Amino acid sequence: MFMRSLRAPKEHESPFARFTRRFLSDRLGMSFLVFLLVLIAVGLLAPLISPYDPEAQDLGSAFAPASAAHLLGTDEVGRDYLSRMLHAIRPTLLAGVLATALSLLIGLPTGLAAGYFRGALDTALSRFTDAVMAIPSLLFALALVAILGPGIRTVILAIGVANAPRFFRVARSIALVIRQETYIEASRSLGISHSRILRTHVLPNMASPLIVQISMTIGFSILFEAGLSFLGLGVQAPEASWGSMLRNATAYASENIGLVLWPGLAILVVVLAFNTVGDSVRDSLGREQRKF
Amino acid sequence: MAREILTRLLSSLLVLWLVSVIVFMLTALIPGDPALTILGENATPEQIAEVHAQLGLDQPLVARYFQWLTAVLSGDLGQSLFSSQTVAGAIASRITPTVELILFALVLSLLIGTAVGVISSIRPRSVLDRAIQTLSSVGIAVPNFWLGAMLIAIFSISLAWLPSGDYTAFGDDPQRWARNLTLPVIALAAGGIAEIARQSRASLIDVQEMEFVRTLKAKGLDPVTIKLRHVLRSAMIPVVTVAGLQVNRLFGLSVLIEAVFRIPGIGSLLVSSVFTRDIVMVQGTVLLITCVVIAVNLVVDLSYRWLNPKTV
Repeated sequence: MFMRSLRAPKEHESPFARFTRRFLSDRLGMSFLVFLLVLIAVGLLAPLISPYDPEAQDLGSAFAPASAAHLLGTDEVGRDYLSRMLHAIRPTLLAGVLATALSLLIGLPTGLAAGYFRGALDTALSRFTDAVMAIPSLLFALALVAILGPGIRTVILAIGVANAPRFFRVARSIALVIRQETYIEASRSLGISHSRILRTHVLPNMASPLIVQISMTIGFSILFEAGLSFLGLGVQAPEASWGSMLRNATAYASENIGLVLWPGLAILVVVLAFNTVGDSVRDSLGREQRKF
Repeated sequence: MAREILTRLLSSLLVLWLVSVIVFMLTALIPGDPALTILGENATPEQIAEVHAQLGLDQPLVARYFQWLTAVLSGDLGQSLFSSQTVAGAIASRITPTVELILFALVLSLLIGTAVGVISSIRPRSVLDRAIQTLSSVGIAVPNFWLGAMLIAIFSISLAWLPSGDYTAFGDDPQRWARNLTLPVIALAAGGIAEIARQSRASLIDVQEMEFVRTLKAKGLDPVTIKLRHVLRSAMIPVVTVAGLQVNRLFGLSVLIEAVFRIPGIGSLLVSSVFTRDIVMVQGTVLLITCVVIAVNLVVDLSYRWLNPKTV
């Protein structure tokens, strides 16, 4: 309440200032954003802060329950589970981020071109996107893995391609609206090139909805990677992501339920965090977003 | 109206055709010699020649595509690269568990999701509504295969109430069939329930604030009647779209659920084919499932006219 009154809306606030004010006052979104930043830091520092070597086996203390020595217990060969969880942060987040970057790289330029130039190009690209989206994305990714062989690189590539239509749609719909604006027409009549208009006018206008989509897609890609790694097609041992840890853990659920509980809970919270941050950015954009 | 239906039908067929091109092109994407990729480095020349013949690699791409398409249209999805099974036969023997799983999960998502949405929309922003909203955010983010594994740990291992997996045909033992399907259906439906709850809440609140609802209230109609007969009907239109998308999602996610619960459905067929790199089997499975998804979405689209009072 106090924060709200302190940051009361002003008469002539710039859109960016309004966005920042709204976003900062959204406690849930902010907490999840801070959580994600901390998680990234922990993931990067995992080799330094992990209590044990994640690969160090100690068969004598296999399936140890949670204790002061092993906060999350140990797995079937006595490896410290907390250390394994911490080391899995980096591959998990990296897969989500890289796959999303690939989706953006494919979807953004094609969507921009389709929405801006319209015509046959738009029809062809849009129909093609419809077709890709009609294939359940997990099946599409599985088919790509069948061709390229299992492994984390293939999985990232498959997820990236499967999710590209999300960015195509966002980019296309915004480009469609912006091209109608008077200042774009004016720029055209001044003889400014298409590529310059796209870069200087269209692209900056789509930054905010893109941020929303990026955040959501990272969450979705992490779920995806977890699923494919759970099937045994993604991250391969000795490296581990939370998804591949789950694959291993389900066999030992009766020995120690924590082995199943923690990686899944971690995935859940991270995906929830990315979705919430995305929602929160969208809400903070409020009116300006609809103005497109 | 007939014209609109025809247009939708044609555009579905176009998408279907493009899907067939994409699915077919997958084999063309294999780097190097597909036969070597599929069989591995130790393949004998005879094996390689056999795979070449099976994939028709001795012919140009376009010719191969039309041959494949003609065969597919006559119901021949090809033959497994590694077993004597035909793709169509393998799918037919595995389809029942998958269809049951998806159908029940969809019905459950719609029933519970809409009910929860209605409860949520009675008093937007109340404590109950917020609790439901939080729960649906969690439901959307939860990895469903993990939920399945947790359900097994709780209800099969600890409490021993329900089996941890496997499948029994309805005809063999209806009671075991139901017990076997309970946990997988719940795990599969969780995300859908959350998404439909969220969508139905949003659209119920939108419709509640429309003028026709105010008019009905002013006329002195019973609030429950207004809600059930008028608001819900209008509000279901966007929900039905989400339900159509759910079918697409469910087919993907059922692959994971089948793996967790060891259900011998299409999903597990697909995963084992991915491991053995049985490209023909993968192609056929993906193509068939996508056909079903497209058909369902076409039906969903056409059902708008029935739901939307504006078109009557």
